[in-house]
Amino acid sequence: MSALTAAALVWELVARTATVSVSATAIAMAIGVPAGTALGMLRFRGQRAAATAVNTGMALPTVVVGLVVALVLFRSGPLGSLDLIYTVRGMIIAQVLIAAPLITGITMAAIQALPEELPDQLRALGANRRQLVVRLWLEARLPLLAAVMAGFGHAVSEVGAVTIVGGNIHGQTQVLTTAIVEDVGKGDFRPALAYGAVLLLLAFAVNAVLTSVQQRGAAWARS
Amino acid sequence: MRVRSWAITVLVAAVPATTACGSDSSGSDTAATAAPSGQMILATTTSTRDSGLLDTLVPAFEDAGKCSVKTVAVGSGQAIDLGARGQADVLLVHSPDAEQTFMNQGRGASRLAVMHNDFVLVGPPADQAKAAGAGGIEPALQAIARTKAAFASRADESGTHAKELKLWKQAGVTPSGSWYIETGQGMGPTLTIASQKRAYTLSDRGTVLATQNLDGKILVQGGQALQNPYHVIVVKHPGTNVGCAQAFSRWITSAPTQRVIGSFGKRRYGQALFDPDAGAT
Repeated sequence: MSALTAAALVWELVARTATVSVSATAIAMAIGVPAGTALGMLRFRGQRAAATAVNTGMALPTVVVGLVVALVLFRSGPLGSLDLIYTVRGMIIAQVLIAAPLITGITMAAIQALPEELPDQLRALGANRRQLVVRLWLEARLPLLAAVMAGFGHAVSEVGAVTIVGGNIHGQTQVLTTAIVEDVGKGDFRPALAYGAVLLLLAFAVNAVLTSVQQRGAAWARS
Repeated sequence: MRVRSWAITVLVAAVPATTACGSDSSGSDTAATAAPSGQMILATTTSTRDSGLLDTLVPAFEDAGKCSVKTVAVGSGQAIDLGARGQADVLLVHSPDAEQTFMNQGRGASRLAVMHNDFVLVGPPADQAKAAGAGGIEPALQAIARTKAAFASRADESGTHAKELKLWKQAGVTPSGSWYIETGQGMGPTLTIASQKRAYTLSDRGTVLATQNLDGKILVQGGQALQNPYHVIVVKHPGTNVGCAQAFSRWITSAPTQRVIGSFGKRRYGQALFDPDAGAT
């Protein structure tokens, strides 16, 4: 393989990896932050069971998620007619299921760590429900961003689910982690190491953005 | 069978702990005169592992002597590469052209025919490219390329992948385009992907029989072009366990083992997966 096509392949893999994991994290955030907030704030029957379920979800093995998603998306599965198996969208679905419990769980803990009297004080100041939630999110923005970073980190680094659901198809569903596994299987360690370095750089770039948002918030809070 | 697999897993896991003090049987490429013993690395192909044949053969060989076997199942190309670097003591592979090069370079002490199975073209039952009636593997591949029907390639530099590329070449087609799906994975996963995507693929017969839940059917089979011969090669490299390697080579080509190979799979799949070949070249 010439150097030029190797570089083109790296960019293609980086773009697909980022597309899958960033979209999955964004969707997981849209689900997990409200869900975690509700679990942290509200008292309802089964709240403790739900919290336990979410915390267990944080430890879900990614291959198990991949297996279950694949069985659902296979031609013979309940959602087989959607033709999502071995597609980027199928991989996003799997990674949403991997990242969402983490984001939900950490959000729940962050909301519960806020001063207990804070919601009542805000209500006394005349905050409606929406203003109350936005204010709580602002107060908890540091752990909330940590939750998003954890979700993204789990999604971008996993290989089990994207292999089963994506199939590592060259030019279609191959991502950096599955490319590494493939090259190691061939005994071709040099590109595998290079992909590993690129994967780290990608994680660094995404986390640098999130961290700058997080720390700017921190500086503002202290002043 | 389950218990067997467990025993092997435990054994393979335990072997690295003993390697530091192992490989005492021979320090050079001269054959050991005493009964061979110690750890031996067998580099072989994923197809022999996926078919379950190794789970039967390896424990039997270990019971017969003092050699413990650590099996590394990779693509044939990689297995031969492991041999060239002295990382494996004995090879059980199916890539005749690469094997011949390996022997010509003086890297192998011996190369014996063990068995063969055959490649088959698997495809969707609807057979939209009409590969089954094309009259052989080459016209079948040409029909697939002409109709741009999806074809799943392992693209992993395995013996099967090498064979597939050779067949495309013989058919006068350079496969490329979105219909040519490269999975970069082993035979089992590639068959599953082909089945789900209603794609054609080239596979060894054993893995087709051993892989469950496939929609695909064998459409083209038979003929010299689809033969898949396996050879056992004793690696010639300083520091390898030649004694055990030669013992394995002798054992796997012996009449009793050849009978085991010839009947392997009959009970489970209703047909033998491999034809014994020892004595042939």
